Amino acid sequence: MTTLLLLAPVAVPMLAALAYLAFGWRPATAWISAASAALVLAAAITSAAEVATTGPRTALGGLLRVDALSAFMLIVIGAVALLATAATPAHLSAEIDADRATPRTAARHSLLVQAFLAAMALAVSSADLGVLWIAVEATTIVTAFLVGQRRTRSAVEAAWKYVVICSTGIALALLGTILLNYASQHTAAAAGLDWAGLVASAHTLDPGVTRIAVALLVIGFGAKAGLAPLHAWLPDAHSQAPAPVSALMSGVLLSVAFYAVLRVKVIADAALGAGFTRTLLVIMALASLVLAASLLMAQRDYKRMLAYSSIEHMGLLALAAAVGGPLAMAAALLHVLGHGLAKGVLFLSAGRILQTTGASRIEGVRGLAARQPLLAGCVGFGVLALIGLPPFSVFASELGIARAGLASGLGWATVLALILVLVIAAALITHTSRMLLGTPPDGPGAATAVPRLPVSAATALVVGLLVCAGVGITTGPLTDLLRSAATIVTGTP
Amino acid sequence: MSEATYTQLLDVTCGGLLFTAVLVLWRKELAVIIRVFAAQGVALAALVGVVAAHERSAELSGVAVGLLVLRAGVLPWLLHRALAKAGPGRRETRPLVNVAASLLAAAVLTLLAYAVSQPLVALAPSPATHAIPVGLTVVLVGFFVLVTRRRALSQLVGFLLMDNGITAIGFLTTAGIGLLVELGVSLDVLLAVLVLQILTTRMRETFGEADLDELRELHD
Repeated sequence: MTTLLLLAPVAVPMLAALAYLAFGWRPATAWISAASAALVLAAAITSAAEVATTGPRTALGGLLRVDALSAFMLIVIGAVALLATAATPAHLSAEIDADRATPRTAARHSLLVQAFLAAMALAVSSADLGVLWIAVEATTIVTAFLVGQRRTRSAVEAAWKYVVICSTGIALALLGTILLNYASQHTAAAAGLDWAGLVASAHTLDPGVTRIAVALLVIGFGAKAGLAPLHAWLPDAHSQAPAPVSALMSGVLLSVAFYAVLRVKVIADAALGAGFTRTLLVIMALASLVLAASLLMAQRDYKRMLAYSSIEHMGLLALAAAVGGPLAMAAALLHVLGHGLAKGVLFLSAGRILQTTGASRIEGVRGLAARQPLLAGCVGFGVLALIGLPPFSVFASELGIARAGLASGLGWATVLALILVLVIAAALITHTSRMLLGTPPDGPGAATAVPRLPVSAATALVVGLLVCAGVGITTGPLTDLLRSAATIVTGTP
Repeated sequence: MSEATYTQLLDVTCGGLLFTAVLVLWRKELAVIIRVFAAQGVALAALVGVVAAHERSAELSGVAVGLLVLRAGVLPWLLHRALAKAGPGRRETRPLVNVAASLLAAAVLTLLAYAVSQPLVALAPSPATHAIPVGLTVVLVGFFVLVTRRRALSQLVGFLLMDNGITAIGFLTTAGIGLLVELGVSLDVLLAVLVLQILTTRMRETFGEADLDELRELHD
């Protein structure tokens, strides 16, 4: 039973991918994607409940191991995947109607998205650093085709940059993994790359070797999480990928890579003391925030605007990880969920705007509120959620990170980060209001009626925002899960 | 195998790794670079073979054969196929840094690798771990090739050099990282190369040629 439960988040999307391979894209198969995401979410919630009562569960001879942290990440994957896949049929049929896609490419899209989900679920539920590495690299390979799906010059360029930079970053993480394995082989326990074993024997790891390994792992997985200095792929890939894929990449893939950084941090703190990873993460966090702020101010493309905002939020997560402590870590995990939902809604809305207006520039989309009020409302509330206005959960998590940061020794970094967050918020509001308000542009095609937002997509967007606000008001049953996940990350039993 | 022969054979194979890495920096014709890369694959497989013979491990011998097939056979073949599709005049690399400066950089990178890997050697001194700096040099040279070359195919070679270096370090530090992980890593590398090769083809279809200088659509 446990085996089945732990295996479900990986196996169900694999089966769904096979279904798309066998039956292609047709009305009957259009909703398999969303059904599979719903099953992943259900399995994640069930295993979270089980883990809360009985502690970590293992399956497949110790290959899979789900503790509170993994269960929480599985819930985030399931929730954002459900949001993205529920809006996918509407997105794909609009693409097919506009002759930008065929049922064949739609089937390939759905197949790859399911494989992508399976790889992410494997990454967070594997018990072994090596398997985690394989799963994260697999996400790069699968999503490369999704980024380059449109086959235009810019899409191919984005896909090339994405694979080269991410594979290189991840190659550094592989070197780090090998060195950590080397250090681990020379301890009394010889735990190899098993997470639990590594944490238990961390204090006996050789500090010199571990320091090199940890630096490589944090920079390598940081590249995949969109943290500076290896962030250059992110704005290109996120702006060129189809909307549901951008939602998944920005909403969960970045966090899955960040999950790897958190796991490494637990080992590093036990082996080297908190100072080493703290310095590394503070530098990466502030560099990412400065970069996002400076490139957001004069941004002219709205999907790139959302992409830079993802770099900002990853920077905030890195700052929270640098601060450490139960409050900061619980806030960081809540931030992962809130950012995933808000960014998912925004990327899906951005995809819809691109489909209905044909403009990817901010100035090309004026007066959206007058023409498509529901979509404009989703974008408006999504941006408010993203910049951390109450009642959305990003407010609660940013407040938690700021409080923990000011209470710890990183007050100056926290203040600097808060200033940058304010600058970014101002830039986001300015750009968004230019899109939403004003008079619709005149010109050819302006008079034609805009197609209505399909009910399925509208439901997904509104429910996504409502959940984001709901979690901000009360974390409810998630409270205990967040608390026990935060204790795992802080390394205190 | 006596300890002395083991050390000598290790040194020879590691010398091969280092020499081929430097050759990649030296030569400009992509066809030659791919042949050099294949030679490096042979050296890497030989290195693992030597470790396998020393430890009398059948599993490692199997891995060595697998590496030989993948690194000296399949990957160079894929690269050759991509090169054959490229038009004439696209068959030389256009480095951003000239050859003399590249070779000088390789020397600096070697020194850097020796400096950085001090703690790695100190943890468990043995003939194998003393060769770790060579593996690290190959990684750094690969990274250097990746950032200073403009042709898509030469960037691909840079990525694969890095990977060869990492694999070498993997086998020099301990006897690999478990068969399952080893297989997964190899599969991922193979797939990444396939993806990049498909993208090279697509780039040629959409851009007319696979020169990364042409990639200027996306910027801020």
